[in-house]
Amino acid sequence: MEVIVAEDISKKYIIDHQKAARKNFTLRDTFSDKFKHFFGKGEEDEVEQEEFWALRDVNFSVNQGDRVGIIGHNGAGKSTLLKILSKITEPTSGRVTIKGRVASLLEVGTGFHPELTGRENIFLNGAILGMKRHEIKAAFDSIVDFAGVDKFLDTPVKRYSSGMYVRLGFAISAHLSPEILIIDEVLAVGDADFQKKCLGKMRDVSESGRTILFVSHNLAAVQSLCNRAFYFEHGRLKLQGDTTHVVNNYLSHVAKTTLEHTWKTPEEGPGTDEVRFRSIQVEPAYGDGKLYIDVTTPVKVHIEFWNMAERADLNLSLHLYAFTGECIFNVGTTSQPFDKGLVSATLDIPGNFLNDGSYVVSVMVVKDTSTVLYQLAEAVSFEVEDHREGVTWYGKWPGYVRPQFNFQISQSEVLV
Amino acid sequence: MAHSEEVIIEAGHGAKNYWRDLWKNRELLLILSRRDLSVRYKQTIVGAGWAIVRPFATMLVMVFVFDKVAKFKGDEGIPYPLMVLAGITIWTFFSTTFTQISHSILLNSNLVTKTYFPRLIMPLSAVVVGFVDFIISIILYILIAVWYQHFPSWQIIFFPAFVSLTLAVSLAFGLFFAVMNVRFRDIAQLIPFIVQIGFYACPIAYSSSLVEANQGAWWYNLYYFNPMVSIIDGFKWCLLGNGAFFKVSSLYSTIGLIVIVLGISIYYFRKEENSFVDYI
Repeated sequence: MEVIVAEDISKKYIIDHQKAARKNFTLRDTFSDKFKHFFGKGEEDEVEQEEFWALRDVNFSVNQGDRVGIIGHNGAGKSTLLKILSKITEPTSGRVTIKGRVASLLEVGTGFHPELTGRENIFLNGAILGMKRHEIKAAFDSIVDFAGVDKFLDTPVKRYSSGMYVRLGFAISAHLSPEILIIDEVLAVGDADFQKKCLGKMRDVSESGRTILFVSHNLAAVQSLCNRAFYFEHGRLKLQGDTTHVVNNYLSHVAKTTLEHTWKTPEEGPGTDEVRFRSIQVEPAYGDGKLYIDVTTPVKVHIEFWNMAERADLNLSLHLYAFTGECIFNVGTTSQPFDKGLVSATLDIPGNFLNDGSYVVSVMVVKDTSTVLYQLAEAVSFEVEDHREGVTWYGKWPGYVRPQFNFQISQSEVLV
Repeated sequence: MAHSEEVIIEAGHGAKNYWRDLWKNRELLLILSRRDLSVRYKQTIVGAGWAIVRPFATMLVMVFVFDKVAKFKGDEGIPYPLMVLAGITIWTFFSTTFTQISHSILLNSNLVTKTYFPRLIMPLSAVVVGFVDFIISIILYILIAVWYQHFPSWQIIFFPAFVSLTLAVSLAFGLFFAVMNVRFRDIAQLIPFIVQIGFYACPIAYSSSLVEANQGAWWYNLYYFNPMVSIIDGFKWCLLGNGAFFKVSSLYSTIGLIVIVLGISIYYFRKEENSFVDYI
């Protein structure tokens, strides 16, 4: 039975290029624009408006019990689709018909109030996610148990560690009993154990016959959890079908190399009120790396960001992912106090370390070693190509890394 | 599995089951109100006592400035401090709810971007904080009224009516400002200014009888155009009795204005609420 039917849905955003630099419009801008129009002036510096179709003519249907993975690049329209399905924003045209109770998890612990206790937040968050009071009451003990926060129930959540906070948030959403569950990248937070727990819980949910829509960059997770997949590109649903088929197609199509991103002004850079990225760049020691970087070549990753707060203890944390979504490593800088201004960092990845394959870099700025201010996901990507000399075997070298550890071999005895 | 509901999502479709959805989400309304209440006085020593301290201190200052220094005349037979306090009480109720409503969408922006529910829940839940402060400050009024031995008479039956009218005014203007506030952050600057001006433009430190002496003045009609004027006059009349000046006819235009503005505001809010997430 079809529980979600989407017919020709499109979502348009209007981007003002001149105004893009300003995040919040003010009345003055509106008035002065009107004024200019009125007097027929201002044509020269007319704002250049561009239509941006976040979604374009998307059609699909989802059957009851389907577990659908939604994949695609940043900006391909995945999150917009989830927002439309969750009724957070409405489509510009087209329609979606949904049968059954929907719960969407676009964030862990939506609406948690730092001043309220764990107990109060369970009721608050539950209500926000659409649970009735008696449902929350019935699930209460189980939620507390799952999150492991029973000792801190009457402590304000602002005193929680970030781990406890996330666990409590997930525990509440895990006790929703919707017919259709919409999940956005929830697994991107938390440690490996927690991610496993989440995946396990999601598998339980799907086995009980509920429908799941799951957006993720973690292709391995999509493959293990989902039976169908949607591949979005530039707002269009490019391919749908069996997960393995779609994932393979995605892998073969994605542009594998983006070595650099630069934003000219803080207003353009991705980030928050506290930090904004200025640039991230992958620089191989030899060659330009546009096609590929040789396995023996050391690589530098340069990162620059603007610190907008007066003084803040910040550090950078960088994740390197294989293209299939597994994290190869996570390195962090030391945490230091920084004044308002530009901060730059460089990571050295030695040659002869990464194996042949495609890699994606994500960077986050962390405050006080505990709060993630902003994560620049999939910031840059590059390709590492095999380089062999003096060998006669050309098969794929197994493993994610290929370090050249000291591994001596010699003839210790000669049999005569 | 039983499919309890079928939802259709399309442009401009949100209207259909809106009021039913609003009713369905009444638990959320309660819990958001409770959140605002319990957060309001966290980490304060005086706590809800602030709802008494503030009007009382304002009253003392008003009495000093206008009664002792400027020698304002209140209405005949009514203690000046009590008249001021009645005015402050209802004005504070208006200004708090109006301010809270105007900020309600922005303050809940994390909810707007991550979940769906009828957005009217946010301004509606914002009313509660002001209302509870109002109830507390009424206790202060009662204490002072006992001190002056000045008790209300039969007019007190209109008390709920004036409280409801105040709520209606703050919703009528608050909803409109809440929507504007999402797009134009100027509103956040404007609101304290409006509240400050309103304090002097409304009959709080003085009685409308002083205005009545200027019937021919060009600003006379303008004065009564302000919907809070007749409400404050009425509220004072209802608490202080017949001695307090109250021009009943001024209430008609106020009610008309409220109905029109409230209608426009709700329409505007409903029209814009689905795009909040795109501008916030």
